[in-house]
Amino acid sequence: MTTQLMEEPPLGRVIVITSGKGGVGKTTSAAAISAGLAQRGYKTVVIDFDVGLRNLDMTMGCERRVVFDFINVIQGDARLKQALIRDKRIETLSILPTSQTRDKDALTKEGVETVLNELKEDFDYIICDSPAGIERGAQMAMYFADEAVVVTNPEVSSVRDSDRVLGLLSSQTKRAETEGADPIKAQVLLTRHDRGRIDSGEMMTVEDVLEILAVPLLGIVPESQAVLRASNVGTPVVLDGPSGAATAYEDAVARLIGEEVQMRVLADRRPGLFQRLLGRTA
Amino acid sequence: MSFFGFSFKPRRATSAQTAKDRLQVLLAHERRGGSTAPDYLSHLQSEIVEVIRKYVEVDDEGVDIRMEKGQDVSCLEINIELPCGATAVRGTQS
Ligand SMILES: Nc1ncnc2c1ncn2[C@@H]1O[C@H](COP(=O)(O)OP(=O)(O)OP(=O)(O)O)[C@@H](O)[C@H]1O
Ligand SMILES: [Mg+2]
Repeated sequence: MTTQLMEEPPLGRVIVITSGKGGVGKTTSAAAISAGLAQRGYKTVVIDFDVGLRNLDMTMGCERRVVFDFINVIQGDARLKQALIRDKRIETLSILPTSQTRDKDALTKEGVETVLNELKEDFDYIICDSPAGIERGAQMAMYFADEAVVVTNPEVSSVRDSDRVLGLLSSQTKRAETEGADPIKAQVLLTRHDRGRIDSGEMMTVEDVLEILAVPLLGIVPESQAVLRASNVGTPVVLDGPSGAATAYEDAVARLIGEEVQMRVLADRRPGLFQRLLGRTA
Repeated sequence: MSFFGFSFKPRRATSAQTAKDRLQVLLAHERRGGSTAPDYLSHLQSEIVEVIRKYVEVDDEGVDIRMEKGQDVSCLEINIELPCGATAVRGTQS
């Protein structure tokens, strides 16, 4: 009698985008990765954990539509469904903005867990945009993660902080504390990769960084004009026309869901007249 | 506008102009303390639901408040889902 078409339960996978160091491209990456997953049809929600410094809403272009936030939900002032903002471009994408006015103490472990569990019932991917640093906000963003994307620039302090964060991921998280649980699957996303500066020896190479951090590489995102442009207009870079950065994030998304994609770094394909006349001098 | 159909004014990078416009709208709200809005919205919502309930049975889950902040005015949108067989508590609504 019960030959109903059973709908597949959502994957409910929690992925933290973290880095330790500030300004390396976490929010840019969280927006691009969540839009990329949603574009492939996965029900995806991206949560801003940067309490007090809300920014994901700007990057996603939904800043005018924020009514309730993550903290309102944790504190019981609003229901989760009311705080979720549906993206206007992709049906399967939602945003959970953070509070601009409260402080990080408003993030309680129990509150975060309750919200994540409720989201797992509806979403395939739950992307947590971590604040910089290794304090409460960052700890809460990573604590319940199944996977981590460690955003790193090929530069000493960023690599050092990434190493620190990798240490926390393997010790101060639910998976680390639960006996028998698989550890968090951590991968490095190298961003702001600058071919010219690497060739001239100013920046560490991808191999250098991977040798030091010793975790798999999720992708290489080039330094790209397209990122600033996309953030100006409030569009995740993967939805803002073709660019080297968009392709890199699309490749990273493919790897995240288990596809095998060869590593490549594309420069933005829009050489100006000058560059064309000068040939390829960098 | 200009004589030849184009102007000699240096063309502003359009995405930068968009960025500026977005920030102006947003910051105007934030400086006015617009961030405290949710506190009253939560009350507003429960009172609206109470009033509706005098006429039709609605469920808490069926109420949705949306906001769109604009330069001069904001738009508050309240969607109330009436269940298919919503029973009129009194009156003649269908
Ligand atoms: N691949 C890139 N190419 C060029 N600019 C980039 C790239 N990635 C990020 N940026 C720029 O770097 C700045 C910081 O990016 P973003 O806000 O994503 O970093 P973050 O790690 O989230 O910062 P925070 O630690 O403050 O949260 C932004 O101005 C963004 O436009
Ligand atoms: Mg950020």
